[in-house]
Amino acid sequence: MAPSADITRFVTAFARRETARKGSRHWLGDLRRDAMRQFTALGFPTRKTEAWKYTNIAGPLRRTLNTDRSSLPVEAAHAASIPGLDAHVIVFDNGRHCVALSHLEDLPDSVLITGWAEAAQSHSWLLHRYFGRVADYETCPFVALNTAFTEDTAVVYVPANTVLDRPVHLVHRISNDHNPLVQPRVLIIVGDNARMTLVQTSITTDAAPTFTNSVTEVSVGRDAHLERIDIQDEPDGATVVSSLDVTQNTGSTFHNSSFTLGGSIVRNNITVLTDAEHCQTFLNGLFLASGASHVDNHTLIDHAKPQCYSSEYYKGILDDRATGVFNGKVLVRQDAQQINAYQSNKSIVLADTARMYAKPELEIYADDVKCSHGATTGQLDGEAIFYLRTRGLTEKQARSLMLVSFARDVTERVTIMPIRVALDSLVTEHLGA
Amino acid sequence: MTPLLEIHNLHASVEEMSILKGVDLTVHTGETHAVMGPNGSGKSTLAAILAGREDYDVTSGGVLYKGEDLLEMEVDERAREGVFLAFQYPVELPGVSMMNFLKQAVNSVREHRGQESLNAASLLRLARRSAELIHLDPSLKKRSVNEGFSGGEKKRNEIFQLAMLDPTLAILDETDSGLDIDALRSVADGVNALRTPDRSFVVITHYQRLLDYIIPDFVHVMVDGRIVKSGGKDLALALEERGYEWIREETSAVPV
Repeated sequence: MAPSADITRFVTAFARRETARKGSRHWLGDLRRDAMRQFTALGFPTRKTEAWKYTNIAGPLRRTLNTDRSSLPVEAAHAASIPGLDAHVIVFDNGRHCVALSHLEDLPDSVLITGWAEAAQSHSWLLHRYFGRVADYETCPFVALNTAFTEDTAVVYVPANTVLDRPVHLVHRISNDHNPLVQPRVLIIVGDNARMTLVQTSITTDAAPTFTNSVTEVSVGRDAHLERIDIQDEPDGATVVSSLDVTQNTGSTFHNSSFTLGGSIVRNNITVLTDAEHCQTFLNGLFLASGASHVDNHTLIDHAKPQCYSSEYYKGILDDRATGVFNGKVLVRQDAQQINAYQSNKSIVLADTARMYAKPELEIYADDVKCSHGATTGQLDGEAIFYLRTRGLTEKQARSLMLVSFARDVTERVTIMPIRVALDSLVTEHLGA
Repeated sequence: MTPLLEIHNLHASVEEMSILKGVDLTVHTGETHAVMGPNGSGKSTLAAILAGREDYDVTSGGVLYKGEDLLEMEVDERAREGVFLAFQYPVELPGVSMMNFLKQAVNSVREHRGQESLNAASLLRLARRSAELIHLDPSLKKRSVNEGFSGGEKKRNEIFQLAMLDPTLAILDETDSGLDIDALRSVADGVNALRTPDRSFVVITHYQRLLDYIIPDFVHVMVDGRIVKSGGKDLALALEERGYEWIREETSAVPV
């Protein structure tokens, strides 16, 4: 099958880097070359690729897309923090660790939050063991491309039996100089019986076209607990492909909330493998799309072992000519008995020209399971608007209240209060309420 | 003195079907009027038109409220001007928290009247007082508006909002339907506590029993889209005893 977008420039760029590195014998070099081979074999998806049926990525891929890092001027250090959030902050500029803007003063000794360079010195065993092991570069070309080219990585490691009281705030700043392909890479390892909260945000400094291809790999240890919040608030012109790959160990809890509030084309791939018993998985999502934006959420929960619980809750609001896609797949393997898996996807479509494609997929090979899914797409309830107006709210106020409340149902699932407050105000602002 | 509400020869239809066929009703400030009638007589249509529901075409006649053309006003404008409709079937608003909703509603009405907006603390105080008035379970204030409320709770919530919004004209559309006798009594107690010389009520009901508790100043009987008989509270008792048939017979001579 002919790939939709030309990959030769990536092949050339990779070869140039290999020459510069003199074909390193290091394990990472092998991994990169393997990933590049996979990428070359896979090519970019076309609209004939089932998983990309509704999302046409060809346009942004036709642009020049410079794979060389560009630097972001430090004085553009705006708005990285969340008001009232007391967090360990680590900042990456166009995928590269920015030490100057990071605040990691009071970290417990055993906890590691850093970039690749430092991690490679003190924790090379950790990188070797986890890097590229969770994120699937064999079937996803974007993960393969990221793996082949990534030079820096945000590494967060909370060792066994450690509770990190303050959340970790990981900021990715993206600039648009030299029309970059920015490929942030994140590695999160939560040890056995450890506990942490991670919030990932990204800021693009201005509105010219950018392409971000990010990969986050997560390993959640035995009885460990990770809450992750991802806030995507990109300007028009931004294209984002974001891959989150998670493995959960016995008795662990993974709680993810992803918020897509802006961007021209956003594609989120979330894959969670519960290859152990007694895991709990929560995937929540909210997306707001207007103008000609396109937001596509693909999730896969792979229940490989018995007695696990998963719950998925996605909501979207679409206006103008925007398109939303939700494709939620739950796979229950043959021996994975006593699985409870619930999925819900609700969308409000505000304009006749907006579109929502909802596709729940349950693939069940075990016989003793409880799985359910529900998808609803509708307009704002006219009767509800009338009711609110009889109480003195204008039509605009009534619509805003309905929409903000619809969204709050998801923001409320975030347990960290300052983040929830920040999200509510972002949502209100984006809804023009 | 200008009446608060003057309905004059009101005709209305829905999808070409004529429902109101010349309603006349005048309500002065401080009065409580009951509008009774059999099912399908047009009582609820009258309430809906007064509140501003757009499913109906007013084909002739009109409504003056405080001397102004009520039908020209937007739905929310009517509410801010002091018209309140207690719904027969209150709408569930999933995710819309009661306090958030009340804050916006109360303050939009207060601002319109030139009163100061209430802050969270004063709103909470007002809500507590209002809830006590109608024995509304205080925990309902923490929930989404009407979501998962029982039938009785929904009706109480309507009267609770009435108390919060302090209207000049309150229209109760079959507030008694679906209530058991205890709920009926507490809703009626709430309404009675809210009867003041500067507030009028139009109580729409099918049964007389609500009027045992909310004693009206006037009773009107609506049959086939018109008010065919008006009287004092005794008229309600006569209806309870004799049903609606005798009214029909008595008034059938009147040309439609």
